[in-house]
This record gives sequence, C-alpha cells and structure tokens, in this order.
Amino acid sequence: MNGMSYEIADTLTMLRRVLVHMLRNPAATLMSTLATPIILLLLMYNLFGVAVQQAGTMGSATSYIDYLTPGLILITAMYGMGMATIRANTDMTQGIIARFRTMSISRVSVLNGHVIGSTIGALFSISVIAILSYLTGFRPTANVGELLAALGLIVLFVLAITSLAVAIGIASKSPEAANSLLFLPLVLPFISSALIPTSSMTPVVAWIAENQPFTPIVDTVRGLLMGTPIGNRAILAVVWCVGIGLAGYLWSRAAYNRNTNQ
Amino acid sequence: MMIHAKGLRKSFGNHLVLDGIDLDVAEGAIFSLLGPNGAGKTTTVQILSTLIQANSGEVCIASHDLNREPEAVRAAIGVTGQFSAVDNVLTGEENMMLMSNLRHLNRQEGRRRTAELLGRFDLAEAAKKPASTYSGGMRRKLDLAMGLIGNPRVVFLDEPTTGLDPRSRQIMWQIIHDLAASGVTIFLTTQYLDEADYLANRVAVLDKGKLVAEGTPSELKRRISGGHVQLEFADALELEKASRLLGGTANADNALTLRVASNGSVAALRELLGRLDTASVSVAGLSVHTPDLDDVYFALTSQPNKKEVFQ
Repeated sequence: MNGMSYEIADTLTMLRRVLVHMLRNPAATLMSTLATPIILLLLMYNLFGVAVQQAGTMGSATSYIDYLTPGLILITAMYGMGMATIRANTDMTQGIIARFRTMSISRVSVLNGHVIGSTIGALFSISVIAILSYLTGFRPTANVGELLAALGLIVLFVLAITSLAVAIGIASKSPEAANSLLFLPLVLPFISSALIPTSSMTPVVAWIAENQPFTPIVDTVRGLLMGTPIGNRAILAVVWCVGIGLAGYLWSRAAYNRNTNQ
Repeated sequence: MMIHAKGLRKSFGNHLVLDGIDLDVAEGAIFSLLGPNGAGKTTTVQILSTLIQANSGEVCIASHDLNREPEAVRAAIGVTGQFSAVDNVLTGEENMMLMSNLRHLNRQEGRRRTAELLGRFDLAEAAKKPASTYSGGMRRKLDLAMGLIGNPRVVFLDEPTTGLDPRSRQIMWQIIHDLAASGVTIFLTTQYLDEADYLANRVAVLDKGKLVAEGTPSELKRRISGGHVQLEFADALELEKASRLLGGTANADNALTLRVASNGSVAALRELLGRLDTASVSVAGLSVHTPDLDDVYFALTSQPNKKEVFQ
C-alpha cells in the first residue's frame, strides 16, 4: 500500500529535515558556498577587470561585471556541492540512513530530500551573489523570456550537479574521501569561459575549456542574460546538464543500494 | 512464532560470518543472542531487520516472509542499533516527529505518541534540546523511543547497554522489561551473561557464526556448571607448586593467580583447600566465581559435541 502519495509524503519529510539542517547552521552553509564566489567577485573585478575589458575579447558584453556574473552564478552553484556532499555523507556514515532502511519508507525519498534541499540552498546562495553583482554594476539586457530561460537552465544545472554531489556523499566512506572527489569538478570553472574568454587562453588550455561542460553552460546563460552569441551551445548545455544529472542520480541510487549489501 | 529463521548463512567475501543459524522466538518473549565480539550477532540483527540480505536461509517475521514482503516486515519492526542512529541536529521531539511522519501517523497521533514515549523514558525535560547535547544513556533511550513510535510488534536491540553507565543500564533493563510485559516481542543481542540472565526467557549462544547452545538462562548455567575458583599466591614458587598439583590456568594478566574450575560448593572448596594443605602450598587469597560468559564459552567451544547436551 506504499503508493505514490507515500512517496511524495516521505520526500517532503526528508526535504524538511534537510532544510532544518541548513537553517540550524546557516553560517556554515552560506560561508562554504559563498566565500569563493565573493572573493572571486572582488578579486577578478577589481584586479583583472580593466585588463580583460581592454583586451576586447568579451564579445558584445560591454563591461567585465556583465561578463563575469553568469560565471560567478554557476561557480556559486558548484561550491554548493560541498555542503550537499557532506550532509549526504554524514547521514550515510552516522547510522541514520541505516535506521531509514529498516523502516517502510520509499527509499528514493532519502535521496530526493537531499537533492531538492541542497538545490534550494544553492539557489538561495546564487540569489545572494546575483544581488552583490547587481550592486557592483551588473545590468542584464535580457527580456522576460530570456530571463526565464536563463533561470530554467540555472535550476537544471544546480539539480544536475547536486545529484552528483549527493552521489559522491553517499558513495564515500568518509567526509575526507568525499571532499577529495569534489576537487575535479571544482577545478572545471577555472579552465572555462567563466572568468575570462577562451580566446585569451593558450591554445591547449583553450581546447580543454572549449570541450568541457562548464563552457557551453556558462556561455548559454551569458548569452541569455547579456545577448552574446549562443549558437549550438544551448543544446550542448542542456545535454550536459541532463547527462550529469542522470549519472548522479543513477550513481547515488546504486551506491545507496550497494551499501545495503556491503 | 513471531520470528522464525532457518539455515541463515552469510559471508562477506571469503569470510563466513553466519554458518547456518536456526532461530525461533515466540510472541511476547525476550530472546537474547549471546556472543563475543565478532560472533555474528550484529550481522544476524542486520539480516532480520532487512538491512542486509543473507546468502541463503529463510526468515519469517510477524508472519511475513523477509524476502518476499520486506516492506511488511519493516512496518512490523523497530530497530535500535549498536550505535545510536539519531539525528544530532534535531531535538529529541523533532527526532520523534520525524519517525512519526515516516511511519505516516497523523500529526495528532504523532504528537501524542511523542509526548507519551518521551515522558515514559524520562526525556520530557530534554525534549526541546538538540540530540547532540544528550548523554550516552539519553541517546540510547531516544533511539529506542524512536523505534517504538509506530507500535512495532517486534523490537530488535543490538547491544542496548554496551557502553552505558550502571544506572543507565538499569533504566534500560527496566524499559525493556516493561516493553515485553506490554506484549512486544524482543530480540536482543548482548555480550553480558548477566544481562541475558536478567532479561531473557530464552538465550542462544553464538560463537564463530554457529549457535552452540540454546535454552533458558538457568538451563544454560546449570548445565554448563562452569564456575571457577581464583587462587592468589604470594610468590611464583607457590603458584608453580599449586599449578602442578591442580592443573588450572595461570592468569595471563597477573602471574600470581591461578584459575581452577569448580562449582564453588562448600564441599568442593573444602576438598580443594585440603589438597593444597596436604601438599603444603600456601595460598594468599581465594575468591569464588559463579559461571560467567568466559566459562560458558570455554565449556561450549572446547568440546564440539557439547551442543547436543543443551537440546
């Protein structure tokens, strides 16, 4: 008799639990997510902004803050992965998930609660960084449709990387191991078009930047917000997001079930 | 039978943990699985509580087959693990309501059960404090209370008093006792014979993945008759003489004591002291020990055919 309504009820219960966890420790949640993007905002804008602007490689974005903000938004989403991973890992290693497993509850609800809860947390951090960028001078040229499309892609991206983050947390034996697995995804934004245009990179770095998921996603968000050219990158961006999200979901489900039969 | 298991086997890789276990626990009974660390007690509880799957064997809990109807089994059981599985960030009350929601009780019923259980376990005062501030004993009680919110018919307790101070241990015993009196079937693992003795109607001894004995606590103790006398000596020479005379095992921790099997009766003590006297061995001290778990294991595992005696 464990039907669809129980599945939704269990997911909401688990989601509420994750949200309470975030609210009980707001400083840790916000700081771990926002520290790097805020430092980047100050550093990149104030130190390199003029240089990048003078190089004239930003396309039709007129000021560097307009170029930088879409990158910062997605970088903030990436740094939200840290807490999502730690929360999932803590549940896994401290026994509460063992308790959930002995109860008659929908098993995906545990994973859903983590993914949705951490997504909401990351979106909150993103709105903080968007406001800070706006105060610094960020002025998007998007119309309502473009704005909604950009928002949609951002939400899709956050969902995708959060499900990957939860999978890493579930699959890892300790928070330390989980943290070291996060290193690779967190490096991606720095070798992409998030902070500076690929045309100003050396050929090898530019090639890596052009062929990894972060660049088409950030270019699409930037294109939607600032009117820079998008081309076929929108499709690439959506494909990457769906692919990452699906991989994360399947991995976390497999890790969750594997742990049942250790 | 509330719990019925037949031929349970489980190995992790090449390591055989359970080597064909049969268990039967009647409704409303307190059944204790007794064994040392690594005997397979936790693995047994994990299998019975649907956490992991056995390699072979059949299990039926509250008339539901474990493999075919795991959800029905989960709905009938409550589990308290060796390490308290409480949410540290949430308060005691929130932990209880979390369980209530996951058991799909309605809100009013959940609040009522929460208040009732927290009151019964003496946690009402700490109800609004985060579980991270609880002492070991309080956490264990909260853990148990969380397992009871859905009115389970069977409760699994994996070493419920390991690591607790004597007072908390006493309280936990009382709680378990009352629980069984209210008709709940209890499956308990422990490494302490006195705990099994005090609480359980039936005890099974698990050693290296096999059940080596089963019976009521008094049956077990009577038939094992494995008490011993500990003799203390002033110097190694006297110990040496006594050891040659009586056999027995010198204590590894303290070179000047000797452990001799004895039922501890006055006649046996008189005879023992008489022999020592005749051989003019001087004894500095003597203490009588009733059967403890060490004796049980010694008696049961040193003689492979002993199992038949208890069945």
